[in-house]
Amino acid sequence: MHQLTLANISKALAAKQFSVRELTSHLLTRIEQLDPQLNSFITLSKDSALQQAEAADELRSTGISAPLLGVPLAHKDLFCTEGVRTSCASKMLDNFVAPYTAAVVDNLNKAGCISLGKLNMDEFAMGSSGETSFYGASKNPWDTSRVPGGSSSGSAVAVAARLVPASTGSDSGGSIRQPAAFTGLTGIKPTYGRISRWGMTAYASSFDQAGFLAHTAEDCAMLLQATAGFDERDSTSAQQPVDNYVEALSQPLKGLRVGLPQEYFDSRLDSRIGDVVHTAIDQLKQLGATFVDISLPSLPHAVPAYYVIASAEASTNLARFDGVRYGYRCEDPKDLEDLYLRSRNEAFGEEVKRRIMIGTYALSTGYYDAYYLKAQKIRRLIKNDFDSAFKNVDLILGPTTPNLPWQLGSKVNDPVAAYLEDIYTVPANLAGIPGLSMPAGMIDGLPVGVQLLAPYFQEARLLQVAHQFQQHTDWHARTPAGF
Amino acid sequence: MALERCDVEKLAHLARLGLNDAQIGSSTASLNAVLDMINAMQAVNTDGIAPLANPLEASQRLRPDTVTESNHRDDYQALAPAVENGLYLVPKVID
Amino acid sequence: MQWETVIGLEIHAQLATNTKIFSGSSTTFGAEPNTQASLIDLAMPGTLPVLNEEAVRMACMFGLAVDAHIAEHNIFARKNYFYPDLPKGYQTSQMDDPIVGLGHLDIALEDGSIKRVGITRAHLEEDAGKSLHEDFSGMTGIDLNRAGTPLLEIVSEPELSNAKEAVAYAKAIHTLVRYLNICDGNMAEGSFRCDCNVSVRPKGQTTLGTRTEIKNVNSFRFIERSINHEIQRQIELIEDGGKVTQETRLYDPNKDETRSMRSKEEANDYRYFPCPDLLPVHIPRDMLENLRTQLPELPTQKRERFEAAFGLSTYDASVLSASREMADYFEVVEKICQDAKLATNWVMGELSSLLNKENLDISQSPVSAEHLGGMLLRIKDNTISGKIAKMVFEAMAAGEGDADQIIEQRGLKQVTDSGAIEAMLDEVLAANAEQVEQYRVSDENKRGKMFGFFVGQAMRASKGKANPQQVNELLKQKLDQ
Repeated sequence: MHQLTLANISKALAAKQFSVRELTSHLLTRIEQLDPQLNSFITLSKDSALQQAEAADELRSTGISAPLLGVPLAHKDLFCTEGVRTSCASKMLDNFVAPYTAAVVDNLNKAGCISLGKLNMDEFAMGSSGETSFYGASKNPWDTSRVPGGSSSGSAVAVAARLVPASTGSDSGGSIRQPAAFTGLTGIKPTYGRISRWGMTAYASSFDQAGFLAHTAEDCAMLLQATAGFDERDSTSAQQPVDNYVEALSQPLKGLRVGLPQEYFDSRLDSRIGDVVHTAIDQLKQLGATFVDISLPSLPHAVPAYYVIASAEASTNLARFDGVRYGYRCEDPKDLEDLYLRSRNEAFGEEVKRRIMIGTYALSTGYYDAYYLKAQKIRRLIKNDFDSAFKNVDLILGPTTPNLPWQLGSKVNDPVAAYLEDIYTVPANLAGIPGLSMPAGMIDGLPVGVQLLAPYFQEARLLQVAHQFQQHTDWHARTPAGF
Repeated sequence: MALERCDVEKLAHLARLGLNDAQIGSSTASLNAVLDMINAMQAVNTDGIAPLANPLEASQRLRPDTVTESNHRDDYQALAPAVENGLYLVPKVID
Repeated sequence: MQWETVIGLEIHAQLATNTKIFSGSSTTFGAEPNTQASLIDLAMPGTLPVLNEEAVRMACMFGLAVDAHIAEHNIFARKNYFYPDLPKGYQTSQMDDPIVGLGHLDIALEDGSIKRVGITRAHLEEDAGKSLHEDFSGMTGIDLNRAGTPLLEIVSEPELSNAKEAVAYAKAIHTLVRYLNICDGNMAEGSFRCDCNVSVRPKGQTTLGTRTEIKNVNSFRFIERSINHEIQRQIELIEDGGKVTQETRLYDPNKDETRSMRSKEEANDYRYFPCPDLLPVHIPRDMLENLRTQLPELPTQKRERFEAAFGLSTYDASVLSASREMADYFEVVEKICQDAKLATNWVMGELSSLLNKENLDISQSPVSAEHLGGMLLRIKDNTISGKIAKMVFEAMAAGEGDADQIIEQRGLKQVTDSGAIEAMLDEVLAANAEQVEQYRVSDENKRGKMFGFFVGQAMRASKGKANPQQVNELLKQKLDQ
């Protein structure tokens, strides 16, 4: 059962091949057996998952059917879930039982999904390896000595190890696409504003976007269908009509014009990954796509601009964690200052504190223009690059990451090296366009991802191309040994 | 524009992070490394470019002025480290 | 040395919306602590703000009323600082692109002159919660009911030159926001608060002296007293060879002095930047034009109309237009009695002292405008004299009915039958025959004084009801016979 994709689980449940309860217990057992070596879950909701499973079986037995009814998922631990701890993988919220449910989780619950629990991540989504979690790093099931990527580390690991068929994640600078690439999954980051941010703990508000990690584009399409759309509780939520993503999957690729940005294929790129990308290009050509070289000249400045803006936003988004209304409070504060200083120093990890300080600096008097404002101007240049590129092409394709998953611990003391790994993913967040990573090959037993980028609100095109590719390849169907 | 220890102390205080001496030292080094990377963007010509604060460039939607919230004080205060008589407690604030 | 003072005011007016600026929580004053603090107001992780349209409309109305530029796009920014009554760790406010730009307001000074005061800007922001310092085992209690209440911060140019002008300006803004129905103006509940920026400089110097800011003054009397105290303090400080430090000060009304707020002195760096959870607010021009048509007659317009239409002095007109309720009251009285001067005298005289004495607002007046107007009509048509009117007014205030009823019931109707008056006068003269003799032999000068004596006797005999004019005429005839 655990080998099935989400779409196939949906079909099997409809065909009564097994019950939701059987499936759920099976997955819970796998999690209990296998997760200790992977550390992908922070909180396992065993009892409530089984209750939900029984309720779903009951509904199915009365003839009610919906594609996601009874489909088990797990959620990145920054989505608020009422009555369930929502820790953001931080000591700060280790005791925080959310009093309400995030829009994306709520929509999935309403569609009938079952939540198995909450998934590990980089603390407050700051990191690209999963190693900044208060609960310890998650491990890449393809090689447990390596990182699974981040910040949606647990979301990637749990799906890749087939503990759960799909998961929610969030992507502010690559946090869905990069771990999807590192673990052989399909991961979609929709257009900024496509899925409501209500209930998703903010890291960098103008970048944060919820999305999904699953085995196939079809699975992502089903989840996006249930969650995309306007939400009046989120001022930055888009009032755009929602396409029929599932229907769009079967469209052929004939006539599709794809741009290859030269900046994605420069010396930064591990040439073996370049080879994998070119093989994928050849396969897409056979399916009718045509390729043209393009340029995104401002791309080299994306990482500095991203880290300035994201850190600036994070520095103030995390000011609410002050030990007054919820969350961690230090022992015996001697005065108010002491309460703030110690609670925050004791409960935030090093990377979070680093970004808070960078952001504080970038916004402070005398440095605002040189950092924050400069970065916002570069952000405009990057958006302009994409706008002009998409005048000539329907899609942009490149590698998701410049390198393969690295050894756990190898970049912990070199934050800059880790930041530079985000070079291919942050541009989409700066511009707000949708992106997808799909598995397209293996190097030394490690998965490699190809990234697709589309114009605003063209998620259907991303999913269609990935789906067509997956109809002719089987990289998405592989399972790491031992799982 | 390298940061000195005292700059980092000031930043840590603005952000209410009570770093100890050793943390100030290590933070100074790591923040300077990050700033070196970031400073590369200073070379970019951005003359005449308007800053972009939000990718969608839409305008703010307005909410009707109707009460939609009700009292959930007990639920919310169950999450708080210290409450008394419906108030959140903090060490004495002196103006 | 001669000193001059420069004052600018920052007024925080709580907007009279039903809900908070970024959440659907009620803004009703006086609820149990933290019962009007929603997920958003408590800054729970993952919550987001959505802007209240009524707050935007109210800010626009204010901007239109002070003839200000209203930005087509205005932007919310985060002002970052830590304080326990500020749940997000930042206040959502406006910095570079406020909703209301440069405008002005004309205020009437006591000497009857008009001064135009520049309004630098007015911006929308959220109020903070309240810290309660009663002893909770040595702790401070935080109530977040007020957190997120919409405020319009109205910043004046530094153009006020003494405490009285500052008060006149603050009162004019207070009047205006209540005319516009955008703020209840309740200073005791903190709906209208004032920060006063005060500096002094040697007369003739063009650069500004170092200013201090007196925070959160919550009555007009305290505005005047705290500014005067601060001016004095600064002058004495400089004359003693000291220097004014730029700082925030607090006015203590019990000691009548300002003191430094040391805890706020620490150099703060608010790190303003555009709030990424809110998009630029677009104010369509047609919406503004539509709002302009909904503007009520404003205090200045009303004052000018009162001066022109009723021939009132600037001072009287500005007192009568000081609140919408007062102006409405006056206009009803005037309309009924058709005598603006009489209406002005009574509203500003008897009525105002009654209200003052009882500590009542015009809207709570025990004498309705209709009743007062009706009574003035009876003065005009000689049914009662001015003297009797005071009695009638008191009776109306005591709830005895309208003027006609009281005149009827108490038999206060003026006697105008000349036969009856003559008969009464004959009796008075007969009773005072000695004085009549003296009168007749006296010179003009002495006669004048004695005449008053006879009038008094006659009015007393008639219990004040005889028409005074007729009494005068007939008495003169009889004495001069």
